[in-house]
Amino acid sequence: MGSINTENFKNRDIISSKDFSREELEFIFDVSQEAKEKPEKFRNVLESRIISMIFFEPSTRTYQSFQSSAKSLGCDLIGFSEPTSSSYAGKGESFHDTVKIFENYSDCIILRHPAAGSAKFAAEISKKPVINAGSGFQEHPTQAMLDLFTIRSEFGKIDSLNIGLVGDLRYGRTVPSLCYSLSNFDVQLNFVAPDTLQIRPEVEEFLKNKGIEFTKQSNLDDLINDLDVLYATRLQKERFVDPTEYFKLKGSYRIALDTVKSAKENMIILHPLPRVDEISTDVDKTKFAKYFEQARNGLFVRTALLSLILG
Amino acid sequence: MTEEKLSVSKIVKGTAIDHIPAGRGYLVQKILKIDPRSRAVIIANVDSGKYGKKDLIKIEGKYLTPKEVNIISLIAPNATINKIENSEVVEKSEVKFPDVIEEVLKCPNLSCITNFENEPIVTKFTNTKNNSVQCAYCDSLLKYDEIVNNLKI
Repeated sequence: MGSINTENFKNRDIISSKDFSREELEFIFDVSQEAKEKPEKFRNVLESRIISMIFFEPSTRTYQSFQSSAKSLGCDLIGFSEPTSSSYAGKGESFHDTVKIFENYSDCIILRHPAAGSAKFAAEISKKPVINAGSGFQEHPTQAMLDLFTIRSEFGKIDSLNIGLVGDLRYGRTVPSLCYSLSNFDVQLNFVAPDTLQIRPEVEEFLKNKGIEFTKQSNLDDLINDLDVLYATRLQKERFVDPTEYFKLKGSYRIALDTVKSAKENMIILHPLPRVDEISTDVDKTKFAKYFEQARNGLFVRTALLSLILG
Repeated sequence: MTEEKLSVSKIVKGTAIDHIPAGRGYLVQKILKIDPRSRAVIIANVDSGKYGKKDLIKIEGKYLTPKEVNIISLIAPNATINKIENSEVVEKSEVKFPDVIEEVLKCPNLSCITNFENEPIVTKFTNTKNNSVQCAYCDSLLKYDEIVNNLKI
């Protein structure tokens, strides 16, 4: 683990997956593993701390798992899970002022906002640490951490894995963060999506600069037999100009029992959830399906992060 | 070239910006926020041996800061800045594309926080040195040749 220790994380913002090195990620995963195996060690260690959760967009897993982690750590929570109950929407208060207010009332801000760059701006405004729980379609760094933690838990490593990302790679916020985090490891990435939903130019440029090998294709069938990890994301109907194009494409990225019949024995399927119909529920019962375990891991990773930042 | 020399020599004290692509002189004038009451003139579509046609700007009584000089490079990458004193060119400098660009560009990503109204935020872009600049907030790339369409003027 070298020179990385808990001091590296005290009062630290979590804005972008680009900000975390391999050594830092591995340290977080070790603490997350501890939170998974020895939850009692983390119980109430942050008593009397107050966390603001300000969510300007809906969330199920991220909101609830952060809340559950914070409560088990002994924190009190304030904030809102939908902006309609705040002055932001009700009285036209600016994002800037909203962040300033919650900075005054708490020790840490967990933030979700539809604007790309919102978390970075919030971190500039706030002296208290800011955790990005989703900044538009830009990033979702704690999701990437739990994705990698799940991969490491399943394979015992991340290096040398062949990883396929399928679905809406352009507007899904988990994809850039996952790519940035994986770029710390020796992996092969494969992006499967129609041209209009392929990975964004800035992510592609980042990967090229880091020397990460990747392919771009539109057909999953050509690839699935070689994958160790299949990371599915939701095709979002509202992103298509022509709805018939959506209905035509959604079937081609649907993962069903047939899709995985010739997959590697130990391949795993991940999905940040929610899913609509991109993974057939039949697949849930197969050994490949790890997305519910992945969602569960969110709890341990977020417990680890909060304890490191506020501990 | 005779016309250029004539134009430059008419300034007693100030700046002449040369080698602006034809049609972009007004953009340089706007981005430098030249006081409309000042003595300044754009000479458009001057013949240029090197570029075919070009624009020129003369500003009486104003010298440019290094930051202003570099901002000109966003619109006119080959511009030359002539500092003039006593009607003579006393210093010539080339523009240099800046590593960081603040305030003058708007982000092409409409869902970037910098495009939200009523937020006290200043845009910031960094030069990727790979034919684009990148928004420091949302990471969106803006190609060099798209910059003129994204000026905050």
